Amino acid sequence: MECQECHQRQATVHLTQVINGQKTEIHVCEHCAKDKGYMSYGEENFTLNDLLSGLFHSEGPSPYNKKAQPYQQHNQLKCPTCGLTYQEFARIGKFGCATCYKTFDERLNPIFRRVHSGNTRHDGKIPKREGGNLHLKREIDEHKSKLRQLIEQEEFEQAAKVRDRIKNLEQQLHQGEDGEQ
Amino acid sequence: MSLQQFMNEAISPWMKQDGPDSDIVLSSRIRLARNFSNSPFPLIASEEKLNKILNFFRENFKGQSFKNYENFELLEMSDLQSIEKRVLVEKHLISPHLAEKSQQSATLISQNEQVSVMVNEEDHIRIQLYFPGFQLDKALEQASQLDDWLEERIDYAFDEKRGYLTTCPTNVGTGMRASVMMHLPALSITQQINRMTPAINQLGLVVRGIYGEGSEAVGNIYQISNQITLGKSEEDIVEDLHSVVKQLIDQERRAREALLQRSGIQLEDRIFRSYGVLKHSRVIESKEAAKCLSDLRLGIDLGFIDHIPRTILNELMILTQPGFLQQYAKATLGPDERDIRRASLIRERLQLENED
Ligand SMILES: [Zn+2]
Ligand SMILES: [Zn+2]
Repeated sequence: MECQECHQRQATVHLTQVINGQKTEIHVCEHCAKDKGYMSYGEENFTLNDLLSGLFHSEGPSPYNKKAQPYQQHNQLKCPTCGLTYQEFARIGKFGCATCYKTFDERLNPIFRRVHSGNTRHDGKIPKREGGNLHLKREIDEHKSKLRQLIEQEEFEQAAKVRDRIKNLEQQLHQGEDGEQ
Repeated sequence: MSLQQFMNEAISPWMKQDGPDSDIVLSSRIRLARNFSNSPFPLIASEEKLNKILNFFRENFKGQSFKNYENFELLEMSDLQSIEKRVLVEKHLISPHLAEKSQQSATLISQNEQVSVMVNEEDHIRIQLYFPGFQLDKALEQASQLDDWLEERIDYAFDEKRGYLTTCPTNVGTGMRASVMMHLPALSITQQINRMTPAINQLGLVVRGIYGEGSEAVGNIYQISNQITLGKSEEDIVEDLHSVVKQLIDQERRAREALLQRSGIQLEDRIFRSYGVLKHSRVIESKEAAKCLSDLRLGIDLGFIDHIPRTILNELMILTQPGFLQQYAKATLGPDERDIRRASLIRERLQLENED
């Protein structure tokens, strides 16, 4: 296939653009893809996208997973907020909105594992406001491991202080949760 | 406008400074991808929703300052000419993707051009922060503070299990891409870099050229960045990248020494030939210019040439790209005209160093 931009080179980049729900297919050479901004210089997306679409398409009912739903059914999965279906997600390799993550949740682990070296759970920064009481939970966890350490080292006086701090934090956490309801 | 004036305006202020290890590391960058929780991602959002986001930035951040990052200017893509957008891409202040999306997208740039916050790119928000030289830790710290500052007014799409939610599954979690731009001429000349790349990839890091197409690294300039964004903390990702870059710096220094010892005169010859080409050519393609600039820069680093500042590589790699050449010429130029303009701009630039 010939590149639709320069009509000279072979089209090696095949994309589907969705803008305001309108789908357009694009077939261009690598040169024009860069030139037209379909492919960002610095970024990673392309090879990964290829990898992703390969992964999605090979996905049917998995013989290894008894709980997997029949193909038909998960095709009908549709995000209630933005309207993106699982099938569309699989084809473009992109999410439509935050709710998509919840909607397709069951199917995401294998994809994330593949892209992020086996990882499926976030272990980084928590936003100050949106993160809610996650900060408290993390702080409690940190204090608990400190407490174990202190007990092992027989630093009981210090340990008692840390234990009180944990109690304090747990109280804050419960108050927060009651308040939300 | 004189070349000196043009350059003063064209080169970002932070780029003129030297940073740690800046004989090898040109710059460090942190990029954070963020989205509003209550709006579809730009890929499928309606014009109306995207306008709302753009408006939010106009009302809340235009003209604001945060710490050293003062007087944020909101450049709206729909107001810019295509050459102006191209120039912003060449300065790495916006992505080609943003330049292409002319409607409802913008970038918020600090006066010192260290910070650029792209609005309605692939994600609603892409925060980019640059430091000269090898300063990843500092870049992360500052980017994170900027992120907190934005979050004071924006409800981010965040999930306890998946982290910061992004349009592309490759960015989810931290939403962070940390990268370092390196000049590795000796590892390239000796072809060692090709042998090292697979091992670096194994560590979840990506090595690529930033100028030119495909896998070749024009000007021997490489970008090393993290591929994984989920399951590791920002600090751990930066630490891993840091240690690999540190090793690359050591290897590059060792390769330079070995080259000097084994074939000093040939190396010196190569450097001065390239210097001669830059100084005298009348027509020069971007690839040849990049190769010669890389040699010149190596000559400066090794002390063969001492009257030219080392920032010349970065500076001229940027200024000799098509957008800048056309902006300087104030005209649309075909490829042949660009090669002529490129040669004369480089000659003029080197002339500036000989005057004093
Ligand atoms: Zn083409
Ligand atoms: Zn959705």
